[in-house]
Amino acid sequence: MDLAFTTQEQAFRAQCASWFGQNLPGPLASMDTPEGFEQHRAWEKRLHDAGWSAVNWPRAFGGREATLIEWLIFEEEYYRAGAPRRLNQNGLFLLAPTLLEFGTEEQKQRFLPPIASCDEIWCQGWSEPNAGSDLASLTSRATRDGSEWILNGQKTWASRGVYADWMFGLFRSDASSERHRGLSYILVPLDAPGVTVRPIAQIDSEPGFAEVFLDDVRVPVANTLGPEGDGWKIAMSTAGFERGVVLRSPGRFMATADRLLELFKERGSPAALQDDVARAWMSADAYRLATFWAVSKLMDGGTIGAEASLNKLWWSEMDLYMHETALRLLGDDATLDGPWLDGFVFSLAGPIYAGTNEIQRNIVAERVLGLPR
Amino acid sequence: MRFQPTADQQLFARTVRELLEKECPPEAARAGFSGERWAKLREMGMIDMLASGMTEIDLVPILEEAGRAALPEPLIEAALIAGGALDGVVTAAVGSRFVAHADVADVIVIERDGALYSVRREAVTLQPVETIDAARPVFLITGGLESGTVLEADRDLADNRATLGAAAELLGLASRSIEMAADYAKERHQFGKPIGSFQAVKHKLADALLHVEFARPVVYRAAWSLSQRDETIERDVSMAKAMAGDAAAGAAKAALQTLGAIGYTQEHDLHVWMKRIWALNAAWGNPDQHRARVASAVIA
Repeated sequence: MDLAFTTQEQAFRAQCASWFGQNLPGPLASMDTPEGFEQHRAWEKRLHDAGWSAVNWPRAFGGREATLIEWLIFEEEYYRAGAPRRLNQNGLFLLAPTLLEFGTEEQKQRFLPPIASCDEIWCQGWSEPNAGSDLASLTSRATRDGSEWILNGQKTWASRGVYADWMFGLFRSDASSERHRGLSYILVPLDAPGVTVRPIAQIDSEPGFAEVFLDDVRVPVANTLGPEGDGWKIAMSTAGFERGVVLRSPGRFMATADRLLELFKERGSPAALQDDVARAWMSADAYRLATFWAVSKLMDGGTIGAEASLNKLWWSEMDLYMHETALRLLGDDATLDGPWLDGFVFSLAGPIYAGTNEIQRNIVAERVLGLPR
Repeated sequence: MRFQPTADQQLFARTVRELLEKECPPEAARAGFSGERWAKLREMGMIDMLASGMTEIDLVPILEEAGRAALPEPLIEAALIAGGALDGVVTAAVGSRFVAHADVADVIVIERDGALYSVRREAVTLQPVETIDAARPVFLITGGLESGTVLEADRDLADNRATLGAAAELLGLASRSIEMAADYAKERHQFGKPIGSFQAVKHKLADALLHVEFARPVVYRAAWSLSQRDETIERDVSMAKAMAGDAAAGAAKAALQTLGAIGYTQEHDLHVWMKRIWALNAAWGNPDQHRARVASAVIA
């Protein structure tokens, strides 16, 4: 065990910090507004041109082959510098790891570089009006017609779906199948005939969600990720990335925890909140340590299974707790527009997306503790 | 940076688990201190780990195993406070007014004016204290504190090491309590189903496990800071004790609620683990005291 960063890791950190020091944009509008979307896309281009958009990917696809530890260092420096939220996070953090694991060489070459450059924005097409927590009950279907799928159905809660170019979706490709069997993981261009995208205003008034309607949409069978009918397995791998370390690296939460300490020092009261502030900071630091722990395990050849659900419970509830504590410190100012209020509203979504925390607790109980279904 | 126990550390922990499964089954954990077992711990090298060149990091998995077994011997005191340097049965009154297992000790480490001394048990006057954990009897020293031989040891380091040791034992105690509850929830049927199939039970135990799993890396980080004599020892040790203590107290409560009435008896083993959790959670500073120490370190 060695918690000291190597010389190479320290050099990497210095390189990140120096680049952010010189290239950080000023504050951007919300990425869910047309103006903010373009600002975020421009920032992503700048990141990509300098080779920072997907540091741990293979060079061939736009990465710089950083280790997972270096990736965590990148994330720490990214959020310490106060850099903007990542516009293509569904593509970068959810689809890309899945493509790298299950995609054909052709698929990787076709889809990964435009994710890194943010030329193609992705959304997730899993939930349906009647299939949320019970995802395996989904009914959107893919019917085979020669070398094409014909897609029909309705997907919903697709974050950034309004701006997305592509959707990775889960479809029932075997009409006689039930539940987890007979599903396929299909990559769908949202400009295909028969696709209708309807924005849904979120509680912050921005169209953060979309509903996606599919009426006889034709896509090549070559857009299937992994074997036909194996979609559930592939999707659960994506879900592992979503709940595990990849989507929510500790850098962002540590930055929030440090801002919370500053807020407490600045306000100085109520003193009774000192214990809650310490608790919040400790939760974020514990998450950082748990992430280095998990990443070290992966680098030593280990795997992370259902434990990813523990991770999701921790970061989502810790993020909410930090923001609630900040709002309590702000007293009267708590409902004023600003980063704490924005962050609070965003953190409220954490226990819901990527599988509700009730589902995560079921997974932990059943697959880690072995309790009966 | 590599933040995982090494293969050697994991192997030693497995060996210790096997030894304790044999030497300290639940009925032995209930019965309390055993001189015969103490000799075996010595033989295994578990008492003089620090003296034989192991680091605080090596000790964490061993202490966690001791917690899993609810080992009723003063391992924290002998191995971490005395550092394995003293012969016989060793306990200590450092960082605490109370001395565990003083009745069976040959030697007691005490503190005076910021230094550590070893005294023979016969040289001090002991007063037993009624306490929750019968397998870990505690005493007050009411006389003889002016005697003893000075030890070449840093008082604060010893205190921080003991606090780390308690945090590590709490992790093991908590893990085992959750396992007992999960085992029971699989077996016990009500309404025609195992109670573990009900979400109210599942979610309670999942939460208990969550806090234990997130406390573990925190405990290892504190061990790392100690092994490096980092400037952040106090903050990191306090964070470890606070989080392991809260996690263990939560695990005890969740386990008891899962077991229901049988958990509230001495017929089931859970009470032995629960009582040790309460005892170690209060010893060497409770979670609130340690969180206050973290707060003053980070909100400077």
